[in-house]
Amino acid sequence: MSVLSRIAAAASVLGALSGPALAEADPERGEALYRPCAACHMIGEGAIHRIGPHLNGIMDRGIGMVEGYRFSEIFEEAAAAGEVWTEMALDGFIANPGGYLPGTAMVFRGIRGADDRADLIAFLIQEGGSSEAPAAAGEDTGPSPEVAAILEFEGDVAYGQFLSSECTACHIGQGGDDIPSIRGLTPTVFIAGMVAYRSGERQHQVMNTLAARLGDEEIAALAAYFLSENH
Amino acid sequence: MSINRRTFLSTAAAVSATLATPMIARAQSMPRVVVVGGGAGGATAAKYIARDSNGAIDVTLIEPTRSYYTCFFSNLYIGGFYEFDDLGHTYGNLASSYGINVVHDWATGVDRDAKTVSLAGGGSVPYDRLVLSPGIDFVEDSVPGWSLAAQGKMPHAYKGGTQAQLLKAQVAAMPEGGTFAMVAPPNPYRCPPGPYERISMVAHMLKNTNPTAKILLVDPKESFSKQGLFEDGWQRHYPGMITRIGPDFGGDIVEVDPDAMTVSIDGVVENVDVCNVIPAQQAGLIAQAADITDGNWAPVSAYDMSSKIDPEIHVLGDSAAQGAMPKSGFSANSQAKVCANAVIAALTDARAFPPRYANTCWSLIETDDGVKVGATYEASDEGIVSTSSFISEVGETPETRAETYRESLGWYDAIVEDMFG
Ligand SMILES: Cc1cc2nc3c(=O)[nH]c(=O)nc-3n(C[C@H](O)[C@H](O)[C@H](O)COP(=O)(O)OP(=O)(O)OC[C@H]3O[C@@H](n4cnc5c(N)ncnc54)[C@H](O)[C@@H]3O)c2cc1C
Ligand code: HEC
Ligand code: HEC
Repeated sequence: MSVLSRIAAAASVLGALSGPALAEADPERGEALYRPCAACHMIGEGAIHRIGPHLNGIMDRGIGMVEGYRFSEIFEEAAAAGEVWTEMALDGFIANPGGYLPGTAMVFRGIRGADDRADLIAFLIQEGGSSEAPAAAGEDTGPSPEVAAILEFEGDVAYGQFLSSECTACHIGQGGDDIPSIRGLTPTVFIAGMVAYRSGERQHQVMNTLAARLGDEEIAALAAYFLSENH
Repeated sequence: MSINRRTFLSTAAAVSATLATPMIARAQSMPRVVVVGGGAGGATAAKYIARDSNGAIDVTLIEPTRSYYTCFFSNLYIGGFYEFDDLGHTYGNLASSYGINVVHDWATGVDRDAKTVSLAGGGSVPYDRLVLSPGIDFVEDSVPGWSLAAQGKMPHAYKGGTQAQLLKAQVAAMPEGGTFAMVAPPNPYRCPPGPYERISMVAHMLKNTNPTAKILLVDPKESFSKQGLFEDGWQRHYPGMITRIGPDFGGDIVEVDPDAMTVSIDGVVENVDVCNVIPAQQAGLIAQAADITDGNWAPVSAYDMSSKIDPEIHVLGDSAAQGAMPKSGFSANSQAKVCANAVIAALTDARAFPPRYANTCWSLIETDDGVKVGATYEASDEGIVSTSSFISEVGETPETRAETYRESLGWYDAIVEDMFG
């Protein structure tokens, strides 16, 4: 199936967002819903690429067209096909990223409530502007110092395997609709995720509690083990 | 407490007398680990020891049933949120993928000097390390008038399998406006929020089919797990349906009559239509038979879950007295991993890592209204101690509650894969 028809199919299945829904949407509520996105994306004045691209000027921009970010293959295909982030496309993608653009590097299980998505999209527009008038981006300086420090470690794979046994009580190997699978994550994404849970920047009761007792060495060990598993 | 070991052994023997004597001829050179009980603790321990020792340890798992029916999610089955068949899991993969020798039989005794476990079907299995994870048994006479013989009339539905089906069928057959009673257990018992999640699920069922029915919860405890969350939920979803009688009103002075279908609370006799009796609990009887219990439970070291009475025996899950962890499937699974690492390190030259434990228990109150409580733990000389904890809050948004419920579905799939996959 071409990217185009895949997107069209996904959009029709989802019975996507209609104009009025967005008109009534509440960007204040959207700000709260943006919290999990913030673990990977920046938005607003001075935003730069992190794990994911910054989201300034996303509305009506070409998919995967923002400068200076290396997108996955499926995003490149969509870019080549001239696909655009309409309300409907954003709605479909945020609802189920991996279902909408299979193979995307955005490992995130999605936001299920249609109203939640409308509020979130309203926030993206308010904060980052549209493609016509995007908020000014900043200059990229690579991973945050905290993430970079952990990337420096040579992770202890055997220790990582032991530590990972705590994770497999909830994170299934493949799939995982209700709790995201964490096997396919690149070390940078994985480490940034764990650091965000540890600092509380990304909020989730379970993950905050578990990450709070992981030192840098332990996060590096886990990253090394999960990486070794993928090969 | 009165345990009649002879009765236990003879019933166990009678159950499997028809099974052929298992052949117990295994390689002699490898260290041998025997695991008794293929539940949340035992299945996980057997799998992790076999898998992570890369075949350097010979693992035998002794479990009488061919399908393990999880207690976790059996309340959701009662509420109509989960299929009964989806609660059952088999051991084929543990044998084929990890080379575990699965013996379907009862362990009837442990000879700690000879280091052997005897089987109901005859014969015995030698071990270098023994792991016991037999779950719970009920304390006889803890609810006067009730005994195991009455479980057909007044089900406990607190061990895996058909009891949950019986209880659900009894609730479905209740007369219009009838009364469902539960006799809740005293501490400590498996799954602290379990009885209250069950009350919620029965209420959910009755609300749809028999809305004038009443629920009478007779409870010997002053307070219970996630009480604020449950009581808030009952108020919102099932107003007027549930009455709890705590110890201040005689909830701790209870007697039942299974033939007359009555419950007597501090001498006041109530006629009921269904009576779910969840008795007081103790370590699985094989732990008593191995003589490693102190009172009702088996005390263990928090560092590796080894018995304080015999360090070559590890006790996991509900049977263990370990400190602060609740008796849950999640806890048993977590303890099994610490135990597996310690056992492999003791028997091979693999590395031992510092123990760490965690638990999360989800409960469903009504459709898409899930709550959770959890904590992380570490080992100390005094036992397992909690380092940090969290709990859902009253007044969370419906989205958060629905998300919490979906997490529990993800957890169920993951823990089953972790145990049997
Ligand atoms: C209604 C209910 C709801 C629950 N919900 C949850 C939940 O949501 N989350 C959660 O984490 N926990 C939950 N639990 C608790 C959970 O089921 C137990 O804590 C967990 O199963 C304990 O694991 P275990 O290994 O100690 O025992 P079990 O899982 O009970 O396993 C014991 C096994 O040992 C076998 N066995 C016993 N004696 C012998 C013998 N002599 N020889 C050989 N085999 C033997 C038994 O057949 C059984 O298979 C719930 C429990 C109930 C009753
Ligand atoms: C775990 C990290 C992560 C999280 C959390 C995350 N994203 Fe992403 N996102 C990415 C990555 C990586 C990409 C690039 C996708 C690719 O290359 O396949 C991306 C791409 C996107 C894009 C397309 C950008 C473009 O320029 O085409 C949008 C829109 C987006 N994300 C929105 C969101 C929203 C909204 C949320 C929160 C609901 C979110 N993301 C949460 C990592 C994440
Ligand atoms: C009790 C269940 C549970 C356990 C145990 C658990 N997790 Fe999680 N994890 C979750 C849930 C639920 C989420 C989704 C949270 C959210 O919405 O931010 C999650 C999210 C994550 C994410 C982000 C994934 C993404 O796509 O953005 C990572 C990374 C992660 N967990 C790693 C781990 C690691 C490593 C461990 C073991 C040390 C672990 N988890 C243990 C439940 C758990």
